[in-house]
Amino acid sequence: MTRSGLPGRPRFRAPCSTVLRARRAGRLPRRAARVITLVGTVQNAIAVTPEPGRARRGAGRPWGDAVFAAAARASGGFVLLLLGGIILSLFIGGIAAFRQFGAGFVVSTDWDPVHQKFGALVSIYGTLVTSAIALALAVPLAFGIAFYLTELAPGWLRRPVGTAIELLAAVPSIIYGMWGFFVIVPIMSDTIQPAIINAFDGIPVLADLFAGPPFGTGIFTAALILAVMVIPFVAATMRDVFETVPPVYKESAYGVGCTTWEVMRSIVLPYTRVSVVGGIMLGLGRALGETMAVTFVIGNADRISTTLFGSGNTIASIVALEFPESPQGSLKLASLLALGFILFVISFIVLAISRTLLRPKVAG
Amino acid sequence: MKFSTTALAITLAGLGAGFGFAAQAQTQITGAGSTFAAPIYGKWGEAGAAATGVKLNYQAIGSGAGINQINNRTVDFGASDMPVAADQLAAHKLMQFPTVIGGVDIIVNLPGIKPEELKLTGPILADIYLGKITKWNDPAIEKLNPGLKIPSLAIATVHRADGSGTTFVFTDYLGMQSTEWKSKVGSSTSVAWPNGAGAKGSDGVAATVQHIPGGIGYDESAYATQNHLTTALLQNKAGAFVAPTMAAFTASAANADWSKVQNFAIDLNDQPGAASWPIESATFVLLPTDPKDVAQSAAVKKFFDWGFAHGSDIATSLLYIALPASVHDAIRAAWKAEVPGTM
Repeated sequence: MTRSGLPGRPRFRAPCSTVLRARRAGRLPRRAARVITLVGTVQNAIAVTPEPGRARRGAGRPWGDAVFAAAARASGGFVLLLLGGIILSLFIGGIAAFRQFGAGFVVSTDWDPVHQKFGALVSIYGTLVTSAIALALAVPLAFGIAFYLTELAPGWLRRPVGTAIELLAAVPSIIYGMWGFFVIVPIMSDTIQPAIINAFDGIPVLADLFAGPPFGTGIFTAALILAVMVIPFVAATMRDVFETVPPVYKESAYGVGCTTWEVMRSIVLPYTRVSVVGGIMLGLGRALGETMAVTFVIGNADRISTTLFGSGNTIASIVALEFPESPQGSLKLASLLALGFILFVISFIVLAISRTLLRPKVAG
Repeated sequence: MKFSTTALAITLAGLGAGFGFAAQAQTQITGAGSTFAAPIYGKWGEAGAAATGVKLNYQAIGSGAGINQINNRTVDFGASDMPVAADQLAAHKLMQFPTVIGGVDIIVNLPGIKPEELKLTGPILADIYLGKITKWNDPAIEKLNPGLKIPSLAIATVHRADGSGTTFVFTDYLGMQSTEWKSKVGSSTSVAWPNGAGAKGSDGVAATVQHIPGGIGYDESAYATQNHLTTALLQNKAGAFVAPTMAAFTASAANADWSKVQNFAIDLNDQPGAASWPIESATFVLLPTDPKDVAQSAAVKKFFDWGFAHGSDIATSLLYIALPASVHDAIRAAWKAEVPGTM
C-alpha cells in the first residue's frame, strides 16, 4: 500500500475528458469514442499498478523503514519499561517499611507518625469500602442511563445526553472535590445525615452502620462523590456495548412479542454481560485511585470506623496528605511508598480483570 | 536554513547577555518549605528587593519537604515551622534561626456563643481532643463558663489532615497540659488523632468547623482573624483567661527566655505572664554552614537582615509577630560565627 500510493487515483485523466469533449463537439462517432474510453481505462489501470518494491526502496532511503520500525518498537518497549520502573521504584522505596513491619504492615491499623508505627489496613479498608459503595450506587444509575439512551430515548435526545455524560468524565477531580466539600458536605451534615441517623435509630444493623456525629464528611460522602465520578465511565461503556448487540436479535425478540425490558433482560444483557462487567471494573479502577476529590470529603482519620458516616482515609488520600511532611530516609516516607506499591498492585489486578473480561466481545 | 541558524545564534547571544545583565543587577536566592511563613517571605522579598538587590524565589511546599530540599542543597535556604533537632542540624551541617512568630487560635461553632466568650483551659482542651469530654455541656466546661448558656451538643473535633507545623504547635501544647496526651499521642506535624475528623489546610479546618454545630478546631491566628471565626478564650500559665490578640502574642514572645535555648529552638507554648497567649510558635529558617556558593548564603543573610531591620511593620500587617530586637541581634551574631559569607 505505501509503495504504490493510493489505489484508484489514476495518473492519466486525459482520455475520458478529451473523448467526452470530442464526442460533444460531434467530431467522433459514438462507437470510436467508446473504444478510446476503454483504452484510457486500461491505461489508467496500468498507471496504478504497483511498481516493483525494490526499485522504489533503492531509490529512496534504504534505512528509513528500519529506523521507523526500531522507533516504533522502542516506543512500545518504553511503556513496559516505564511501568516496570514505577513498580520497581515504589517497591524499593517501600522496602524499608516492609522490612520493619513485615507482612504485618498490610494488616496493621496503626498510623502513628509520633511513635513511628505504620500500617496499611486503615487505608486499604477505606479504599475498598468507598470504591465498593461507590459502585453499588453508580452501577444501577449507569445501567439506567445506558438503557434509556440505547432503547428508550428519542433519537434527538441521544446525542446531547451522551455528550453530557462524556463531559462529566472530563471534569477535573479537584472540581469534584471542591463541589463535594463546599456543596455536598454541608447538605450531608445539615439534612441528609441527621435524617438517616434518626430514621435508622433502633434498627439493629442499620443503626450501627449509620451512626455518629453528622460531620458531613466521611466514608459515605466520599463514596457518593466517587459514584458521581464513576457513573460516566460505566454508563459510556455500557451504552457502547449495548449498541454492539446485532439488531436482528432484538428484532426477533420484539417479533415474538417481548417488551423492551424483556429484550434488555433476556437478549441484551446476556449478550453483553462480560463487557458490562468489564466496564464496571474500569469504573472501579478509577474509584480506587481517585485522590483529590476523596481527600476533600473523606474526613481523613487514620482509623477504621464501624459507621459509614465516620471518617476514614484511602491509600491515595493519605499519600497525598502526608507526602510533603515526610523527611527523606524516614520510615514514614518508606511506608507511604509501600502504600503506593499496594495501591498499584490492587489497581493492576482490577484492570487486568477488566481487560480480560472486555477482550472477547468489544475488541472486534 | 542558514538564516535561521544565524537568527538562533543571535537570539541565544541576546538571551545570554540578558541573563548576564540580570545577574549583575540582582542576586536570585531560592528557598522552600513552610506554607505558614510564605506570605511574609513573599512580602519581604517584594519590599526589600530594591534595597538589597536580592530577588527571592520561594516555594511553599511544606516544612518537611523544605527540610528535604535544604538537606539535598537544592535550595539556598529551607523553612520549617518545627525546629529541627540539634543532631539533625549537625548531621546535615545546618544553622537554624527563627524569623517571625505566629499564634494558633482555638475556633468553635456553638450556636448562641459569640467570639471570645467561651473560656477553656489546656487540660479541658486535651480531654476534648482525647475524646474524654464529648458534650459541650459537660460539667467541667459549664463550671468555667457560669454565665454562658452552652447548648447540649456533641463535640466534633476537627484537625488538620495534612502534615502541618500548626498541628505540631497545637499537639505540643496539649502534651504540656496533659500527661495522657503526651504519652498516648505525642506531638508532631501529624499525629494519630484519637477521634474527630481531619480537614485539608487551614481553610478546610475553618470550613469544617463552621458547618458542624458543636465543632472545635485550631487554626493559625492570622487565618482565624481574617475570616472572623469564633475564637475561644484560653487560660494561660498565670491562670488568666486571655483572648488571641496581637498584644497577647507579643507579650508571650517577650516573656519567653530566649537565652537558654540552643539553636534558637525555642518552645513558645505556655509562656509565663498574665497577658500571654499560651499557643504560639516561631517559624524557622535553615541555612547551610558549608555553602557551595558563599555569595548565595551572603545574599540570604542580607535578605533576612533587611526583614529583621525594616520588615516588622509588614509582619504586623500580615498578623505575624516580629521577634524581639535582642533576638535579632543574637541571630546576626550567630550568622557571623557559623555561616560563611559577608553581607
